[in-house]
Amino acid sequence: MSVNTGTTAGEPLMRPMSAETRRAHRDAFSDRIFRRTVAAAGLFVLLVLGGAAFSMLWGGRDAFLTFGPEFLWSTEWDAVNHRFGALVPIYGTIVTALIAMIIAVPVSFGIAVYLTEVAPTWLRTPVGAAIELLAGIPSIIYGMWGLFVFVPFMGEYISPWLNDNIGEWPILGPLFRGPPLGMGMLTAGIVLAVMVIPFISSVMREVFLTVPTRLKESAYALGSTTTEVVWDVVLPYTRSAVIGGIFLGLGRALGETMAVTFVLGNAHRLSASLLEPGNSIAATIANEFTEADSDIYLSSLIALGFLLFVVTFIVLAIAKLMLSRLNRQEFAK
Amino acid sequence: MSISIKLRAVALGLATVFAVGTTQAADITGAGATFVYPILSKWSDTYNKETGNKINYQSIGSGGGIAQIKAGTVDFGSSDKPLPPEELEAAGLAQFPSVIGGVVPVVNIEGVTPGQLKLTGPLIADIFLGKVTKWNDPAIAAINEGLTLPSKTITIVHRSDGSGTTFNWVNYLSKVSPEWREKVGEGTSVQWPYGLGGKGNEGVAAYVKQVKNSIGYVELAYAVQNNMSYAAVKNAAGKFIIPSDETFQAAAAHADWKNAQDFHLIITNAPGEDSWPIAATNFILMYKQPKDATRSRHALDFFKWALENGQQQASELHFVPLPKDLVEQIEAYWAAQIKL
Repeated sequence: MSVNTGTTAGEPLMRPMSAETRRAHRDAFSDRIFRRTVAAAGLFVLLVLGGAAFSMLWGGRDAFLTFGPEFLWSTEWDAVNHRFGALVPIYGTIVTALIAMIIAVPVSFGIAVYLTEVAPTWLRTPVGAAIELLAGIPSIIYGMWGLFVFVPFMGEYISPWLNDNIGEWPILGPLFRGPPLGMGMLTAGIVLAVMVIPFISSVMREVFLTVPTRLKESAYALGSTTTEVVWDVVLPYTRSAVIGGIFLGLGRALGETMAVTFVLGNAHRLSASLLEPGNSIAATIANEFTEADSDIYLSSLIALGFLLFVVTFIVLAIAKLMLSRLNRQEFAK
Repeated sequence: MSISIKLRAVALGLATVFAVGTTQAADITGAGATFVYPILSKWSDTYNKETGNKINYQSIGSGGGIAQIKAGTVDFGSSDKPLPPEELEAAGLAQFPSVIGGVVPVVNIEGVTPGQLKLTGPLIADIFLGKVTKWNDPAIAAINEGLTLPSKTITIVHRSDGSGTTFNWVNYLSKVSPEWREKVGEGTSVQWPYGLGGKGNEGVAAYVKQVKNSIGYVELAYAVQNNMSYAAVKNAAGKFIIPSDETFQAAAAHADWKNAQDFHLIITNAPGEDSWPIAATNFILMYKQPKDATRSRHALDFFKWALENGQQQASELHFVPLPKDLVEQIEAYWAAQIKL
């Protein structure tokens, strides 16, 4: 609209007004249609999200009404006596996602930097393609790989080593003390990390490629090392997109179901050790939905689904908050 | 992910409704336990070739099967857990057994071969309660003379999903151990005091195979297919029994079906010298006075055919045929109860 009026006003020699106006009207009309279509697409996301969250809340109302707020911090999960609590799955979901991010973020960053700044040009395309292929592997395959390949390896080498060497440390110790089962929250976290690395690293690689070459070349010309270019030019230029990529990975890690179900151990017990089996929200629902034989059981599972929404929302909100803090500090400098 | 599960459930429900709404008279639908899915699909395939009638069975779990038949969206439901006569009465349902199977304890102890280890019901309960924690515990050694067991911690593996296998397993433990009944109880899924949870029979089998010094429970077919060491268990008559098709059938034959109203009988801890103590039955649920009598007649024809002619195929899949007089009792029950 504004563009059109701008050009007509700017023309010193005007053609007949009517044609101009008609054209302007037509443009305004198509613009309006376009705007409404994209607005509808945007609102559709909100509608779907809101609808899904609400139907979960509605389905889980029985559980929330029966158990009250205690549902959130009870560790009980007893289908025989119909007593349910969500703490164990919530804890497992957050802890496994956290382990995954601790491993995946630095590794993905390394992959992306290597591919954009360090690797020889002929290597970049095949490795980049390999990462995208990894992102396309179904999660059940990761689960089976985890169970049949990685779990025995963890049980044979990693878990006993952690138990013997770190298990006695004062603060971190309890996290790594436990039987060498091979499955548990640490294993699940590592498998999740392998699963989200392709997502995070391919986003990072894409955005690192958008950094204008002249910025990097100026930095190099001023005598910067590659490390300095990455930290002081590439990363600040792309920071919000990088964080976006991390969110994408985090979202996937929080909601991942099949792979986690295979290696987590699926036990409704709260334990400090990462080597012990645990449970996650998505795994609990996938495991128990088919045979949930009472209304309150089913309702509790749906309530868990609602809590997964809430947990994801809170985690992402905290991450956003941290990001805006970071931005403010940057401006303050 | 949770959304997709919900959607799947909705889609499943829709699919069922749709199937019922559009099919012809000779197209029967059923839903329920996953335990019988292999044999039901085999039967329906053969039955279709012989008669042209189709049986669509959706293995959505016993809970789902009970819900679907009560809602009237399927012609028959299937459950691993029998419904009590009062509940059947209230819903207007009839109930009868379809096939017998068995749950076996499997262990992973170096040097122990199938059938070598002996266990008793109370001992299994104590292991799963965390009271017996090492394989060389005196209680285990006392009944396993000549077998050297390691001084290693026992890792317990149970099902993470609700299942009929679990139901029969904990039902047996509740019958033989008062402490188990009080602390844990019975159901298709229970609050396990200890252990790891594997998804499905295959999940438990995989965990037991991978974790050394572990014990779990699976259906016999999975133990045989995976070459696992199953244990002999002492039955109600005091004999140590090796799990096999014959000992499962003995349990079914010795069970007191005659006095079980609506076949409401769980055949764990069955009497009889050669009965396997943890045998399991699957049950079919149908309306006594169906809205659509033709469809129910087709369903009954199918089960009659299956009980009389399908038993050979059942054995091939490690299900156990029902004993002859039980089949006769079922057919008499149909005649008396189901009004077509």
